[in-house]
Formats: sequence, C-alpha cells, structure tokens
Amino acid sequence: MPNATSFSPVDATPAASIEPPALSVDGLVKRFGAVTAVSGLTFTIPAGATVGLLGGNGAGKTTTISMLLGLLLPTEGRIEAMGVDMLADRYRALPRMNFSSPYVELPHRLSVRQNLRVYADLYGLDLVGDRIAALAAELDLTDFLDRPSGKLSAGQKTRVALAKALLNDPDLLLLDEPTASLDPDTADWVRTYLERYRGRTGATMLLASHNMGEVERLCDRVLMMKRGRIVDDGGPSDLIDKYGRKTLEEVFLHIARTPHGDPHPDDPKAAA
Amino acid sequence: MTDDALSPEPARARRRPTAGMLPHSGPVRRIGAMVLRYWYLLRGSWPRILELAYWPTVQMILWGLITTHLLTNSTWIAQAFGVLIAGVLLWDVLFRGQLGMSLSFLEELWSRNLGHLFVSPLRPHEWVLSLMVMSLIRTLIGIVPAALLAIPLYAFNVFDLGPALYGFFALLLATGWWMALFITGLILRFGLGAESLAWLFVFLIAPISAIYYPVDVLPVWGQWLAYALPPAHVFEGMRAILFDDTIRWDHLGWALGLNLLYLVLGGVFFLQQFRHARVHGSLLQQGE
Repeated sequence: MPNATSFSPVDATPAASIEPPALSVDGLVKRFGAVTAVSGLTFTIPAGATVGLLGGNGAGKTTTISMLLGLLLPTEGRIEAMGVDMLADRYRALPRMNFSSPYVELPHRLSVRQNLRVYADLYGLDLVGDRIAALAAELDLTDFLDRPSGKLSAGQKTRVALAKALLNDPDLLLLDEPTASLDPDTADWVRTYLERYRGRTGATMLLASHNMGEVERLCDRVLMMKRGRIVDDGGPSDLIDKYGRKTLEEVFLHIARTPHGDPHPDDPKAAA
Repeated sequence: MTDDALSPEPARARRRPTAGMLPHSGPVRRIGAMVLRYWYLLRGSWPRILELAYWPTVQMILWGLITTHLLTNSTWIAQAFGVLIAGVLLWDVLFRGQLGMSLSFLEELWSRNLGHLFVSPLRPHEWVLSLMVMSLIRTLIGIVPAALLAIPLYAFNVFDLGPALYGFFALLLATGWWMALFITGLILRFGLGAESLAWLFVFLIAPISAIYYPVDVLPVWGQWLAYALPPAHVFEGMRAILFDDTIRWDHLGWALGLNLLYLVLGGVFFLQQFRHARVHGSLLQQGE
C-alpha cells in the first residue's frame, strides 16, 4: 500500500505540463509533542487538477491544509506551491493562493462589502468595487452586501467565504469542507459553482471533505488519509474498482475500519 | 438561490497567465487595508467612539476638581497649576495607546479571523504597523476632546506646553506600543485567557511612572526602576516645563532611547510568539 504518491490529473491541460506543479509536498511531518498528526506525506498535484483530501476526523486533513497555507509550520518536510518554497518564501506564493473554510470566519460586525473590500486591498486588487460587484452577482450576494457578515445564514456565509476566497482569482484554491452544514440545495449550488470556476480558470483545487458524493463529483484524484498518512490515492472510480465497492463512501468506510486500509485484507496476494 | 451563475460548464480553460504579484499590492496598501478594517469596526459603533473619549474626560474632570481643591491647600500645586491635569492627560496617552493597539489585536482573535489574514499576503510586521496606526487614531479620538474641555472648565491649556507636548505625546504613545507588543505576544502565546493583561498590565508601571509626583518621592530602588522605563522621564520633563519653564533634554533623550530599546525587544518578542503560534497551530485555534 503506497503512502506516497505522484500523479497526473486525468484531464490535465497542455499548460499543466509546462508549469511547475501546483503543489509539491515531500516528507511532511507534524508533531504536537508526543502526538504525530501528520506523518511523512509526499504527493504532487499538477496545475489544473482538483484533488480531494479524504479521511475521518483526526486523519490530519486540516493540519495538512494549514501547513500548505503556512498557518502551521511543519516539524519536517518541504512544501512547494507553484514552484515557490513555502517555508522560505511563502509571500511569493500567497497572492496566488486562497482558502475557504466554514471554521474560519470573517469579522461578524463588518458588512459583507466591507470584509470583501479589506481583503481586496490585502491582495492588492485593482478596481475593487467592480470586482466585488462581479463576485456578488456571480455568487448571489448582491442583496446582502451591506448586511453584517455575522447576521447571515450558513449558506450565505459559505458564499461570502467563497467570494473572499475567489477575490484574487487564485491559481491554487484550498477548501476545507466547503459545503459543511449546508442544505443539499445550497451545497449543490456551491459544488456547481466550483465546477464552473475550475472550468473557467483552470485553477488547481485541493478539497478536504467528508462528503463522498462531493469528492466523486468534483475531484480528479483522491488522497485517502488515515492517522496522518496517505493510505491510498487514485481517481474516485479507480479506487472504487480497486476496493471492489460500489461507491467512494464504501471505500472510505473500508479504509476507516480496516487496520491498515488494505483493499483486500483477507487476500494474501493483495497483502503481499 | 438563483442559478444565474451556473450556466452550462464550458470546456476546461487553459490556465490564464495572470499568476504573479498583483499590480497594486504593497506594504502601504496592506497596512491601509488593516487600518480600514479597524476603522469600519470603530465607525460602526457609536458607543465605542463615545467610550474612547469618555474615560479621559471623566479623569480630567476628576483631577481638575482635585487640583482646584489643592490649589488653596498645596504650595506645590499652586506653583504649577495644571500639573495634575497634564499628568492625567499624558498618562491617558500611554494607556489609550496601549489599549488601542491591544484591542484592535483582540478584535482579530474574538472574530477568529487570523486564519484568513495570514493566508493573505499580509506580513506580521505590517499587521503590527496597522495596529499602531489604529492606536494613534483611537488615542487622538480619546484625548483631544478631554484636552479641549479642560480649557473652558479649568482654564488649563495643555497645548501651552508647547512643542515639547508633541514629544511627550509621541514618547508615551511609543511606550504604549511596546507594552502592547509584549501583551499581544503573551496573548498569542497563552490565548484569550490572558486578554485581561490588556487592561491590567499598564497599571503595573503606574506607581513608578511618577505621573502625579516627582520620582524622588519613590524609594531608591523604586527610582532606579522608574528611570529604567520611559514614562518617568517624560513626566519629569513635563514638570520641568510647568515648574521651571525648562526643557529637560536629558530626560527626553533617555525616554527616546529606552523606547527604541523596548520597541525592538517588544517587536522581537511578538514575532517570536507569532512563530510559536505557527508551530503550535494556534493561529487557527485562537478565539472565544
């Protein structure tokens, strides 16, 4: 069972082949005292791919994303984003990246417009008013642009967070459970929007999620994490075939409930 | 929910060549963005603005009344009317300066916004500079009305201190800033459980700052401590002008040098704690 992987997206564009990988991670380790949260992750994501980071609670997904963004310093390992060493020079890459998570909120007392304005300035955008208006129209935010961010519904907050994440037209977008706590209609709308965004811009996305349907729909590739390690990787349908299951959810459950996540734990050949 | 934005998916586009630094990014723009963020917050709440001016004004009125009473009972006060009012106004510069920076910092923790801020191109030192700018704005909003009100109420014009007043103001503001750097560093380290330091810490040095009395009132060891910190030098300088009409450049020089030293130490301490927060993952965990 590999715990390190390098792959190409199923439908990589010609441009992807001449660009440096969107993300290149080598030997990433994070220890908090005696606890090892992430253990030796190595993977590469080519430009333009959409990759899912799947794993149960405590698998290390959020820790991994935090390290990729520079919010958390790894204990060991190397991270390159679009050819930039994130540990030595992350401010060269950050203007081309962005992030959305329902667990990291925007200031509640500022209106949606004010929040977007502040972040537009932080990213050094030109024509800020136009950019906010365009994003508001795309994400259906126009009616509550002047409402305090803290007074929005979960679905509205998610779309505002997405607007903030897309302000700078990121080349690399990291999404931590982008549809958590959303009703099915809103969640579907967000997924469809992300598909459109990827189609329009060719941006690379790394998506941590517990929603298997979402991952199957959006992702070219899946990194399956368990106890801080990548225990498998592959296209969603490849993984389903490999484990002899009908859905990615069944694959997820199999990995979660099998000590080492082997596809066929009773098959001595597979174990070998 | 509308589907206007969700038209049929186009073929995956070739990656656009926009990558790279954006044309109007830069430290001034980012610092301005953060000042704007805190200004929006302040502007959106009139009780907050009122509160900024409320305490300095109340303090000034209180010490003005004490001064009026002591004027006929104390030869020391009689020699320099306004020494207590000037003291309280200048002390509030330090207090408001420190609090203005610490509270803006705390706003980010209360709103759990650090995770967004530090995946943007904002550098920690730019954030600190924006906190300093906001501290200056909040201090001016708080102090200027009280200083102006002292003129009709007690016929005391603190601006009569002349150009030295602006030096005192800058030196005490700088003291508030380095204190805030240590306080915010400690809060980064220990979390919001340490937030009360923002209100308490400054009063630790009040007794040895010689705000309302000369440094030689203190015991010898207290005088050493007092002169190791900038405020005592500033308040001695203030009294030299009010009592003797002289500018004590030696005190101003010491206050400047000590402030520079502590600003550097405070900055290093803050950046060390910021790094500690990145090692321990507390940038994402800080919050109520």
